[in-house]
Amino acid sequence: MSILGTRVVRTEDPLFLTRGAVYTDDLTDPRLAGALHATFVRSTVAHGTVTEVDASAAREAPGVVAVYTAEDLGDLQPVPPPLPFLDAGFSRPWLVPVGGRVHFVGDLLAVVLTEERYQGEDAAEMVVVDIDPLPAVVGTAAAATDETVLFPAVGTNKVAAFGEPAPEDFFADCEVVVTRAIANQRVAAAPLETRAASAAWGEDGRVTIWCTNQGAQQAQGQIAGWLGLDPTLVHLVTPDVGGGFGAKIGADQEYAFVAWLAQQAGRPVRWTESRSENMTGMLQGRAQDQVITIGGDRDGTVKAYSLVVNQDCGAYPRIGTVLPTLTMLMAAAVYDIPKVHAQATCYATNGTSIGAYRGAGRPEATAAAERAMDLFAAEIGMDPADVRRKNFIAPFTEPFTTASGATYDSGDYAAALDRVLEAAGYADLRAEQARRRERGDVRQLGIGVSAYVEITGADSGHGTSENAQLEVHPDGTATVLTGTSPHGQGHATTWAMLASEQLGIPVEKITVLHGDTDRIPDGGGTMGSRSLQQGGAAVHQAAVELVEVARKRAAELLEANPDDLEVDLANAGLSVKGTPGTGITWAQLAADEQLIVQTTFTAAAPTFPFGAHVAVVETDVESGKAVVTRLITVDDAGTIINPLLAEGQRHGGIAQGVGQALLEEILYDDDGNPQTSTFADYPFVSATELPSFELVEMATPTPMNPLGAKGIGEAGTIGSTPAVQSAVVDSVAHLGVRHVDMPATSMRVWRAIREAQKGSTN
Amino acid sequence: MQVSMTVNGQQRTDEVEPRTLLAHHLRDNLGLTATNIGCDSTSCGACTVIVDGLTVKSCTVLALQAEGAEVTTLEGLAGPDGELHPVQAAFRAEHGLQCGFCTSGMVMAAVGVLADNPNPTDREVREGLEGNLCRCTGYHNIVRAVLTAAESGPAAGRVPTSKQEVSA
Repeated sequence: MSILGTRVVRTEDPLFLTRGAVYTDDLTDPRLAGALHATFVRSTVAHGTVTEVDASAAREAPGVVAVYTAEDLGDLQPVPPPLPFLDAGFSRPWLVPVGGRVHFVGDLLAVVLTEERYQGEDAAEMVVVDIDPLPAVVGTAAAATDETVLFPAVGTNKVAAFGEPAPEDFFADCEVVVTRAIANQRVAAAPLETRAASAAWGEDGRVTIWCTNQGAQQAQGQIAGWLGLDPTLVHLVTPDVGGGFGAKIGADQEYAFVAWLAQQAGRPVRWTESRSENMTGMLQGRAQDQVITIGGDRDGTVKAYSLVVNQDCGAYPRIGTVLPTLTMLMAAAVYDIPKVHAQATCYATNGTSIGAYRGAGRPEATAAAERAMDLFAAEIGMDPADVRRKNFIAPFTEPFTTASGATYDSGDYAAALDRVLEAAGYADLRAEQARRRERGDVRQLGIGVSAYVEITGADSGHGTSENAQLEVHPDGTATVLTGTSPHGQGHATTWAMLASEQLGIPVEKITVLHGDTDRIPDGGGTMGSRSLQQGGAAVHQAAVELVEVARKRAAELLEANPDDLEVDLANAGLSVKGTPGTGITWAQLAADEQLIVQTTFTAAAPTFPFGAHVAVVETDVESGKAVVTRLITVDDAGTIINPLLAEGQRHGGIAQGVGQALLEEILYDDDGNPQTSTFADYPFVSATELPSFELVEMATPTPMNPLGAKGIGEAGTIGSTPAVQSAVVDSVAHLGVRHVDMPATSMRVWRAIREAQKGSTN
Repeated sequence: MQVSMTVNGQQRTDEVEPRTLLAHHLRDNLGLTATNIGCDSTSCGACTVIVDGLTVKSCTVLALQAEGAEVTTLEGLAGPDGELHPVQAAFRAEHGLQCGFCTSGMVMAAVGVLADNPNPTDREVREGLEGNLCRCTGYHNIVRAVLTAAESGPAAGRVPTSKQEVSA
């Protein structure tokens, strides 16, 4: 029986559950013995000119070995934005000098090295900083005016622009046109493990950097570049990583700083940030202001759709600057709309820089399209599920290109919707809703429906390729080296399953290694839901190739025809066909000569998972508080290798979507001060705010890889966010509410009801 | 100052700064790094351990406050022969962990929840774990793991090295 498709429990877990995983701050590597602790001094002002950084008192504080300000940086050059088309004027200094400008709360001003961790906090407090405040630019609307320009050398806050305005007659043939400004708010990725890095230089002139990151190889290249080092001098290791969700893609400047500090001090250096440091220093996500316009006929046919995005990039533009292009690519979503328009403009603001967050550009496209469909349905008085069904792309097994230019691999959106509606008991839910409305209940029912398609395995800097190395050892065990970078996804288990499937070696005897640039110099990391379809496919390919190598070797040893040999799963080796147990084992095959394969798998194209979600909420119309009572989802990610782990990915994704839809938002005051910079302020979704989820199966294999697998890491978030938002709106729709921005907090819902009752259509 | 406590059944006496948090003492002085620190506002619960039978967030307790106490961390939960505690076993069986960062605190908190309520409902587990945050699992499989552990009986609410009853 194939191991693929079975619920194999994780090989990672016994250690994780008994002595804990080993994260960067947990390392006891002897190279880090006697390490100093780095503590950064950060700006508490969002925008201003630095007039003083006085470290003299801090230098005298107990345990202080050194304090660095901008004057002490030698020839370190500011770090240019990570995208080549961006103006170099957006470069970020290592430490903002006197006379320079800070651009967000969290910008770096000084760094303290101390013998002990607590001494660092004490000494950092003693660095005297004075900043003349400038007006803060908060949000894209303020940025677009250019009344205050963050980077005078650039001359404008506009960072980039993609696409052109829609033609004036774009909606001319539509009976009904609805337009609305909506927000896809700024949120924190908030992995439980904050950022951390350690560095130690060897006598060979090489530096080993341990850091918590989603792709060691990419981070290695960046850090080497920033420090002006040959990449071969940088050995980057990602130990166990406590979650990433996109915010640990690419190196952070602090990581390179730790390596530089270790070189300066001549001693290893460790850095682990606090949560409040993390909530301003780590990349955040989403942060799009959108205008959606949808037009069509009263029979429910949508004829034209426009999505205009204003992207908040934060202070120093990073990868978030290009994510709107993914939003634009996916603008047409699951719909066969004849005309789709999308454009985006990106702005620098005095906030934390924006990067990828679970879905990274695609949730924003889906949320916009689904809001548009709901608004259109409400305008023409049609059931939202029916409007969607009327406009779906018809089922397809050959690639289909949308009006926004994406080429989907395979999909059956109507089937996904039908399945989820049936599992939810949609008709019964609507009947219950009608009863409550008729009775005028305080607790009203809301039903939100979403349909989605997303792109996974797109080129995120490593093409559509991933490599794998597979070696069978003389003791009969095997080792897989992978360029992916698991941080909770369970690759050690799933990659072992893929190798075991071909070799018959038990999963427990297969070790999977990742995240070490000396052992694995090339790799694309884990992001964009790419890992299984590229990295997993590479492991599969390596195992298939290894069997061929072994077959030739066994044929010689057994004096048999290679074609007569087959993998003998029960005997963990190769045997002559039809005579299991008589052949040669893997251990014997590897005894005298290394049995190893290194291979690269390249996918023909990205894949497009899809699905449909139903969210049910109960809203107290007197307080505005909405509670999610059910979440039913279809998430079709093609062939599933390990359902236990795939379900886990869906669960986590769904929960983060609920978090964004109902609770979470990074807020600034008018001066750019973060209002949500601890977990006491930021409403991170907890167990009490969620129901258990109802998952419905559906699997449409992709032809893009031999596994038939599409990505599953981000799909749950993409589907659940608009479903929950829609459910909240639906729960108060009978009171005249058409829209509530995310997060749909009690206050927002309550206000929307009040405004609707005052007669203005919300 | 000197502080003495029993940690996972072993008597420990160490020199600490008076302000040392129990979480840092466990991690930095005793090398028990399963206990993680995920926030600085007593919000996330990643540092949850059991002190004298009560689940506590060790980032909010001074090491000195645990003077003479009996402390159990994740490392002390499995049996002497390495047999997983029912809650540990259930977390594995139900895929109740992904990145693992919340896991130590979540498992210890779950032991406390089951000590107080050996047969909880889905909702009661959620209320009981409200002070423990997880970003990976959406809590679904954590809740299932706790419910599964409850099926193994009163052992799910006990710690092997503790003579005292556990409570959340």
